Amino acid sequence: MSTKPTPRVRLPANAKKDEIIEIKTLISHEMESGQRRDGAGNVIPRKIINKVTAAFNGKVFFEADWHPAISANPYQAFFYKASESGEFTFTWKDDDGSEYVAKNKLSVA
Amino acid sequence: MISEWSNGMSRRRAIQASFAAAAILMAPRLSQASPAKVQEELKKLFGDKKPTEGKIRIDAPQIAENGLVVPITVDVESPMTDANYVKSLHLFADGNPQPGVASFKFTPASGKATATTRMRLAQTQNIVCVAEMSDGTLHTASAEVKVTIGGCGG
Repeated sequence: MSTKPTPRVRLPANAKKDEIIEIKTLISHEMESGQRRDGAGNVIPRKIINKVTAAFNGKVFFEADWHPAISANPYQAFFYKASESGEFTFTWKDDDGSEYVAKNKLSVA
Repeated sequence: MISEWSNGMSRRRAIQASFAAAAILMAPRLSQASPAKVQEELKKLFGDKKPTEGKIRIDAPQIAENGLVVPITVDVESPMTDANYVKSLHLFADGNPQPGVASFKFTPASGKATATTRMRLAQTQNIVCVAEMSDGTLHTASAEVKVTIGGCGG
């Protein structure tokens, strides 16, 4: 474990009603696959982010389950159909139980 | 060996057999996913339902120089309305140590059943995508990605 994973999210601050916006997310995380061995030949235990959820005003609209085949510093992009102003909550769940959260506001004209 | 030949095993057959044995010995040491393993995973998820080809567009490089970071975008054709939307999308790699790559769950609020991520590929292999629609039908598509340097770090 190097540094604390930092999520980064990029999305427009404003949208028209029914506009489909793209949300791009990135989080720093080594995504240790559990397949590698250290110098002494011992398997390095798996430690990945296994789930990402995206919710708007508390309602989940996108989920991704990640397996060890997802690259380090995982990137995930997806879409959202804007309906009303509110706040996004993005949650990354780690194998060790910790959760990393990012929040972003969206205003809909 | 000479007695074997006289037993009906030609010299050519003997050489072929020794090559086959060598191929088995040189098979990868790690547990491996395979097209059969991917089918097993699909059976776990969907039972005996068979997906039909089409409706899915996979955007991945034909040749990936670095297997550690292979970008992939998968797009499923759907109006994404309350009555007809893509419920889930599953990505598998049939030549990785484990077949699963990622599973996405969509809702009508997603607007588009499109997701982009980056994956690790151990070797040249096929990416298999299966989408489950809100009415329960399944669609599938696959794409081959050639990998120059494998991404399993081992």
